[in-house]
Amino acid sequence: MNWSALEGLLSGVNKYSTVFGRVWLSMVFVFRVLVFVVAAQRVWGDESKDFVCNTRQPGCTNVCYDSIFPISHIRLWALQLIFVTCPSLMVVAHVRYREERDKKYVAVHPGSHLYVNPGKKRGGLWWTYLLSLVFKASFDAAFLYILYFIYEGYDMPRLSKCTLEPCPNTVDCYISRPTEKKIFTMFMVASSAICIFMCLCEMVYLVGKRCHKILRIRRENEQLMFAESHNITVLARPRSDYSRVDLTSAATAPPASNGVSGNKLKIEEAAATSGKMA
Amino acid sequence: MNWASFYAVISGVNRHSTGIGRIWLSVLFIFRILVLVVAAESVWGDEKAGFTCNTQQPGCNSVCYDQFFPISHIRLWALQLILVSTPALLVAMHVAHRRHIDKKILKLSGRGSPKDLEQIRNKKFKIIGALWWTYMISLLFRILFEAAFMYIFYMIYPGYKMFRLVKCDSYPCPNTVDCFVSRPTEKTIFTVFMLAVSGVCILLNIAEVLYLVGRACNRHFQSAEDSPMVAWITQKLCL
Repeated sequence: MNWSALEGLLSGVNKYSTVFGRVWLSMVFVFRVLVFVVAAQRVWGDESKDFVCNTRQPGCTNVCYDSIFPISHIRLWALQLIFVTCPSLMVVAHVRYREERDKKYVAVHPGSHLYVNPGKKRGGLWWTYLLSLVFKASFDAAFLYILYFIYEGYDMPRLSKCTLEPCPNTVDCYISRPTEKKIFTMFMVASSAICIFMCLCEMVYLVGKRCHKILRIRRENEQLMFAESHNITVLARPRSDYSRVDLTSAATAPPASNGVSGNKLKIEEAAATSGKMA
Repeated sequence: MNWASFYAVISGVNRHSTGIGRIWLSVLFIFRILVLVVAAESVWGDEKAGFTCNTQQPGCNSVCYDQFFPISHIRLWALQLILVSTPALLVAMHVAHRRHIDKKILKLSGRGSPKDLEQIRNKKFKIIGALWWTYMISLLFRILFEAAFMYIFYMIYPGYKMFRLVKCDSYPCPNTVDCFVSRPTEKTIFTVFMLAVSGVCILLNIAEVLYLVGRACNRHFQSAEDSPMVAWITQKLCL
């Protein structure tokens, strides 16, 4: 399997991701693919040859191996890694499509562009990105569940008893390197779980950012409409018994009563304008 | 994906390391990854096939091997190398983030010509401020991972010595059975070598931490040279 080709394809995705997306991609490649290629394939390399059953009956070993390992962990993980890294290609495809449309538009209307930046996550691209995240998380979760279902809770027993035809009665069968396999299974499961968690974080971040932006724009629009439809007048004097004097602004001497009320008026005007701009 | 492309990724970090960091990286690649790939894997290649027990009982071989070798040395070292090199990615991500921000600022201020952008790509960032903290955290994680793996190694294989003969009596082996490990002396030599190089790497990382801290203190005191506090301290120390 040429993992470097897949890696080359996916590093191009980096440009269109968020911060979480880039961390996720490095996590996937460094921990999962590297560990998978360097270590796990060696551990599972001799699983079929070294599977031993306590019998000389021909065919018994094959039948028992097949029932205990319907699909090998290695193949499942290879499939998982391929499925999980491909939704990012959806985003790349969408950006390419946008760039094509932009080119066609420029050819017809020279001097103006359809998209300011085809890679910016607005409109349709935002939905595509969110959808790719949803797919990533669900593929990971689905494969974790499949692994759990097939191997009854990520278990790797040292000894399993087999009673299928043509094995005589019950036969003891021994898996090779069960502890090492269990350690790597746990490692891959843990890194899958972390990747799912990061996908969820990224989804929350994306949706939160969008909501925040929409709320901000709505609030600004409301303020603008309010300012346009009303005459802004100076606020009435405060009803408190204490008079507020801004000692720092007075280069002039405060004591004249006229001066005091005049300062107060200035403070209130300043308060009114700053309240409008907030 | 193999060690070669991993090397390409990690050596990109080289530009933003200190001198000691570069030495650490060379030690890592030449003495650890290269030795692991070229030599150690052929020594441990037949570990399961060459593990023989003095019995014809089927399954006894597998069970005894599993009991005495829960995880192979080679896999432990591969995991150790992967985990120890990944904090460097933190630094690389930080630098990429800074470059991204610089490009944005440049574009906003209107000077986004290709030459300026090219300049940003080749700019070398000094290790100060937030980058200093990121670098320090990555160093501390490296030291932590190395120490953790040395401890795990010691826990699983006490004494770091590879035994020639083990006595095994788990089911289904009848009574007690002698089992023999293949190439024990060669394995011991390589184990001791990899551990020594791990120790050297830990020392290099500690030296780098001290160097960075010293440089930061130096910078701090130089900038505060004309402060009365420093003058007071030096006066008190000289008297």
